[in-house]
Amino acid sequence: MADSSHGAPGTSVTVAAPGAELDEFQNPGLPPHRPRLADRDPKAEKRAERQVALLFAISVVGTLLFFVGYFFIPLDQTIERLRLQNLMLGLGTAFAMLGIGVGIVHWAKTLMPDHEVTESRHEVRSEQDRQDAEKIVNDILEESGIKRRPLIRNTLLGAAILAPLPAIAIFRDLGPLPGNTLKQTMWDTGVRLTRDPSGTPIRASDVTVGSAFHVIPEGLNEVENKLEEKAKAVVLLMRLDPEELNPSPGRENWGYDGIVAYSKICTHVGCPVALYEQQTHHLLCPCHQSTFDLEQECKVIFGPAARPLPQLPIEIDDEGYLVASSDFQEPVGPSFWERG
Amino acid sequence: MSSSTATHTYTPKTRVGKVTDYVDSRVGGSGIVKEFGRKIFPDHWTFMFGEVALYTFVILLISGTFLTFFYDPSMAETHYEGSYLPLRGVEMSVAYASSLDISFDIRGGLFMRQIHHWAALLFVASVAVHMLRVFFTGAFRRPREFNWVVGCVLLILSLAAGFTGYSLPDDLLSGNGLRIIDGVMKAIPVVGTYLSFFLFGGEFPGTMIIGRLYVLHILLIPAVILLMIGIHLFMVVLHKHSQFPGPGRTNTNVVGYPVGPVYAAKAGGFFFIVFGVLAAIAAAFTINPIWNYGPYDPSPVSAGTQPDWYIGWVDGALRLMPGTIGDNFDFEFMIPFPWGVNALSLNVLIPALVPAIIVFTAMFLWPWIEAWVTKDKREHHLLNRPRNAPTRTAIGVAGITFYCVMWAAASSDLIATHFLVSLNDVLYWLRFLVIFGPILAFMVSRRISLALQRKDREIALHGRETGRIVRLPHGEFIEVHEQVDDYKRYKLTAFESPEVMVPTPDENGKIGLVDKVHGRVSRFFFEDRVAPVTPKELAASHGDHHGEIAGTKDRESIASH
Repeated sequence: MADSSHGAPGTSVTVAAPGAELDEFQNPGLPPHRPRLADRDPKAEKRAERQVALLFAISVVGTLLFFVGYFFIPLDQTIERLRLQNLMLGLGTAFAMLGIGVGIVHWAKTLMPDHEVTESRHEVRSEQDRQDAEKIVNDILEESGIKRRPLIRNTLLGAAILAPLPAIAIFRDLGPLPGNTLKQTMWDTGVRLTRDPSGTPIRASDVTVGSAFHVIPEGLNEVENKLEEKAKAVVLLMRLDPEELNPSPGRENWGYDGIVAYSKICTHVGCPVALYEQQTHHLLCPCHQSTFDLEQECKVIFGPAARPLPQLPIEIDDEGYLVASSDFQEPVGPSFWERG
Repeated sequence: MSSSTATHTYTPKTRVGKVTDYVDSRVGGSGIVKEFGRKIFPDHWTFMFGEVALYTFVILLISGTFLTFFYDPSMAETHYEGSYLPLRGVEMSVAYASSLDISFDIRGGLFMRQIHHWAALLFVASVAVHMLRVFFTGAFRRPREFNWVVGCVLLILSLAAGFTGYSLPDDLLSGNGLRIIDGVMKAIPVVGTYLSFFLFGGEFPGTMIIGRLYVLHILLIPAVILLMIGIHLFMVVLHKHSQFPGPGRTNTNVVGYPVGPVYAAKAGGFFFIVFGVLAAIAAAFTINPIWNYGPYDPSPVSAGTQPDWYIGWVDGALRLMPGTIGDNFDFEFMIPFPWGVNALSLNVLIPALVPAIIVFTAMFLWPWIEAWVTKDKREHHLLNRPRNAPTRTAIGVAGITFYCVMWAAASSDLIATHFLVSLNDVLYWLRFLVIFGPILAFMVSRRISLALQRKDREIALHGRETGRIVRLPHGEFIEVHEQVDDYKRYKLTAFESPEVMVPTPDENGKIGLVDKVHGRVSRFFFEDRVAPVTPKELAASHGDHHGEIAGTKDRESIASH
């Protein structure tokens, strides 16, 4: 193999060189060029030439492979077929590209001249240019009269500051104003709790101790803006031993016989708090691991959320189905400036 | 000068000559060829990262254009009828359905999606690594400060391009990403809620966001990136490329290969290599299998999900921040105003903004910060080896550590499940590390830099260890050192080691506050320094050396072995 590193091997230079009194070593200049094997040996040169050609030929094979994959592997709705086609298209492209790329680089490294060349840098600007430019700018300013006529300058300035404002204002209709939308959800007195996503109502007797339900309000699947309403209204329903719940004053009747419902939207940045640890009665948000304790009314016990999950007051209707007593008593989901 | 009156005196003889002359006499290509045909570019493997970034961008344009022909950025509801059976009949957005069609029903579509996604990941990575190279080698110093700033803008743009594209398939994973963006936006004081409503065209998720991100992703952001790349490369040509110091290389020359043929062949060939490697990855490794996630729905979420790597540090920062401390303190402050109470969510704002502000401010301003510390206003075309700027290197490593701890925090749940440790403990440790990790990394890496400099001194002074052990006649064993050649020694000694600048009193004998601070900072930067070996030292050390190790006779006996 041709060694392309510089400097004659094993050159040990005498130490007591002239210039020992200097503060720094003098630049010894470019090391002597060392010819590569292909520079000296015509056989090696021929070999390198053949290698480059072979690499280009591999590229041709790669292109053919791509066409085989594209035309001769019909997709039949199975993942295996798709995988095979993807593999052949990908490997075909890879060989087609790598053949060309490696070939060219190999060509450059073995056969093209490898003499390093020195070129001098020039200044980014010359002093003469700077002076000329300065004079030109001054002449332009002078001829325009912008310095001598402050009335023109100031009115232009004022106009230029105001003129872009419509360009900002015109984006006003990107969206409606928030209004009260973030503070209310589809829940209301008597709205049944139904299963997500089927929308079938839930009886209190369906909810055994230890179980958890993903809940949406009845009728959600029929509304126009379903996803927007769902993003606020999803609820987790769980049943604990009533002894384990410690409702604060005023919230004693928000649950029903150990069944409680809490907003599923994290108060941190709004991910669904989807993980229920049955043993510890903790709710965990899989996005940022905020952990809420059901036994303490979903108080934050770990993670970046700062606020408990809002509780949905529930009761049962005449037919034994779970219904909401009212909407949430506070806005659900991530915090926002107007929340207070 | 004026071509209209110029008469043609040159008649080309070959066909190529005729074509080129035809073009040249109309647009003046000769000047370009003369300027660039033999322009010299220095060569070093670290100069490759910028090339990777450029080439991945080209690949992104090619594969992205293909995808636009089949993708439909509509959030209208539809029922999937394509080839992927598990999702047949499922209600979803047109955007998600068309992404599935690209994957399952358009031949080569999956391959294009995969290469586009992999190229995007590599694009951001190569921009970042390229910037680290520029930082650690001091290539941002005068006259290249503006180009560094252009690079910083490109980094931000590449993040923006990545994120806007990530959300387009409208799958469950990216939808939850948007949900987080929405939550962070709403935490912004005063205008946050409005920003969110304007971006999403109403309440989250709305029916506008995908179309808007699409326009940003395929038009606005790539256009600005292209413009910035143009400016970036223009300045590279203007300044000529920087080079590492070494024999034959000076601050006033460029040593390397001419564009034609060697550099063009290597750089051009490298484009195909990058393309080929990306194609191989896209062939063999699945990325973003959106069919497994399902369409976006605000209710379900999967555990253990990760954003694309470059968003990870922000997501990690969100996880690191405690929302509450103890039982009675939380970071959501309810501030009473005359018109009512407003909520300030510092538990979201601090992690979402503070690390990004620190990192980007430091990045943008670094060339001027360092110039102020060193008071160095000279032009620099010779790079630093990172070890020869120990404090800068240490600051860079501290920054990387800060970033990487946040990045690791984005996987806190996966670290916990994979290594069977407590999720809470992982987070407590990472909270500790995000503060103290950078400090520790700073100290360790500065020491390593200084140690490497001392090693260089050792080699320059005493030569390289040959591994040959010789027993002297009086019984002592020594290892024979072999002097390095002039070229190698020059490489080891060709650097500057700035000294502490002590503030000087003005004519009243007073030292101003700024000078005082500067003196302190200068001491912090340069108090510990290793000077390059001088010829004087070398000569002196040799006198010692031979006296120390062996007498003349011994030396002769060594030589004869």
